[in-house]
Amino acid sequence: MNDEFREVKELLRLGDNQKLAHLTKQLLDSRVPAQRILSEGLIPGMGIIGELMKNGEMYLPDVLQSAGAMKSALAILNPLLQQQGIESSGKIVLGTVKGDMHDIGKNLVGIMLQGAGMEVIDLGVNVPPEKYLEAIQTHKPHVVGLSALLTTTMMTMKKTIEVISNAGARDQVKIIVGGAPVNDRFAAEIGADAYARDAASAVGKVKELITNNA
Amino acid sequence: MSGQLAIPTKERLRFGHAPKPLSCGFNLTVGGGSVFPELNFTLPAMDLDESTWEGVLDQYREIGEMIVGASQRLKLPGLMIEFELLPPMTEKPQWGAEITSILLESLKEAHDKHGLPCALRVTPTDIRDFVRPPLLRTGPELEMLLESFDQCAKAGGHILSIESVGGKEVHDEALLYGDVAGIIFALGILAPRDMEFLWNHIVRIARANNAIPGGDSACGFANTAMQLTSQGMLPEVLAAMIRAASSVRSLVAFECGAVGPSKDCAYEGPILKAITGYPISMEGKSASCAHFSPIGNIAAAACDLWSNESVQNLRLLSGSAPEAYLELLAYDCRLFNRSLEKGNDRELQALLVESDAHLSPQALVLTPEATVRIANTIVAQKSKYHQTLAAAREAVAYMKAASEQKFIDLSSQELKWLGKLESALNELPDNETNLLTTMVDTYGHLFSPKSYGLS
Repeated sequence: MNDEFREVKELLRLGDNQKLAHLTKQLLDSRVPAQRILSEGLIPGMGIIGELMKNGEMYLPDVLQSAGAMKSALAILNPLLQQQGIESSGKIVLGTVKGDMHDIGKNLVGIMLQGAGMEVIDLGVNVPPEKYLEAIQTHKPHVVGLSALLTTTMMTMKKTIEVISNAGARDQVKIIVGGAPVNDRFAAEIGADAYARDAASAVGKVKELITNNA
Repeated sequence: MSGQLAIPTKERLRFGHAPKPLSCGFNLTVGGGSVFPELNFTLPAMDLDESTWEGVLDQYREIGEMIVGASQRLKLPGLMIEFELLPPMTEKPQWGAEITSILLESLKEAHDKHGLPCALRVTPTDIRDFVRPPLLRTGPELEMLLESFDQCAKAGGHILSIESVGGKEVHDEALLYGDVAGIIFALGILAPRDMEFLWNHIVRIARANNAIPGGDSACGFANTAMQLTSQGMLPEVLAAMIRAASSVRSLVAFECGAVGPSKDCAYEGPILKAITGYPISMEGKSASCAHFSPIGNIAAAACDLWSNESVQNLRLLSGSAPEAYLELLAYDCRLFNRSLEKGNDRELQALLVESDAHLSPQALVLTPEATVRIANTIVAQKSKYHQTLAAAREAVAYMKAASEQKFIDLSSQELKWLGKLESALNELPDNETNLLTTMVDTYGHLFSPKSYGLS
């Protein structure tokens, strides 16, 4: 079957920023709609890359190179998509909770979500509950992601959710939690909507949360 | 460092024996002919604040009581316990000191009543990276950290250690992207500078308080890489290269006056021991309560203390998790020590090494042979940058040769990456200033030059 976007997917796989940006412009000049380039080319292309990584055929540095190429293409498409009133595939606020400074997992989730076409607001580390609430009020994300790596800071996840609930903002967002001491039972106990055991599965879970809430 | 190795041959790299054994605590001698357990523990999932503080202290009292009883039950020949402070305990130094006192009291009881040779290692958290970019040489986090060391030492902590993070803010980013230049920049240029700054302080504080400056760990660099390989995110050959290269920054602690034992999670410990002669703590299969690894047996090959890394104080079917892991460590140490007494420790070492080395590149670079080769390339160089580069290149060469000799079977992806690593290392400049200039462009947004004494 002739895949109109075969070359887009191949350049994405190779992580070739320059050639992909050039091809994106060429496609737009040929009157291919920006939305189609995104939904039939780039997003399925990143999906293939996700499968390659899952199967051990690609490592993270290569995946991130592809995500970088995706970003170059999105930089060209986003202004057009916004003009047409088409939003990004989702907006997420991420942070490592107060008292914890571990962040490589969170950073990885952020990079991979950006690679999937989402807008990521990263609050950093040692984030107090109030700052998450402020971010919800300012940015109106679809999802809030909480990360913790210590048995003592995982309880701060519960406090954070309580602060958000007490402010009446709980219904405005879906909440996903992650980190070594956390599991899905804990996530359910503290009132989170989802749990992801690693960065790769976090992307799928976030997409699910956004789709199911649409 | 003299340019010579304290342990110049693989045959002389043994568990239980260090050229410079350490007498510490209550009559404990580390590296003097026996291997002892090092027990590490942490809190279960609970809030940690003023309102729960008494409950927190109760947890440590409970662990202390267990240690007194279990050390007798297990007939331990000696014991190190590690108190790893959580961030709030470092931010409030008096909290760390209170727990230090509780654990010290238990160890004193075990020593005075039951004759247990024992010591307490105290490890504050490096909280300097709570701010981003981290402020490493100034600021309230540094002050709290140093005060934490001081108060824990005054409370009687015998050995002072840390898992310091200088350079990690760049290394994490470089690691995700597999950027060898960034990795070597972080490990060879940034991290050693911070190590020297921090360890000069730690040694000063230790000496002022009659405590021992123990050692550091490249945990935040090499173990982060190892965990990402276990998730299938990074190639093992990259993590193995980082393991070797990261030993150079950990070495700086000894150059500043640390005398061991280095931290349990410093899997680069054998390289440090070969160079310095100081004893080391190691962890492997015994640390599966904290994380998994492909180096569970080989990690013991040169250990002087054998650790469980960390386990929550939870109830298992048998008893508390710390007690369960103390028992595991105790039995492992019986095996090490019996083989030492009978003179067949080298056979046991060979089995520990051979059971892992051919199955993982990360294990391969920890064989006694690789350890001594990497150590030799390090001491042949003068600057930290060149030492780091040499260690990385030697690790890659060692893995390449082992693959060509069919000792280890690397996948096509791993082999492709081994080639990439070799090329990338060969392209790095001989002059570190040239690398620094390039790296500031790429990573300048992540670190503060002042934190490293760079203009």
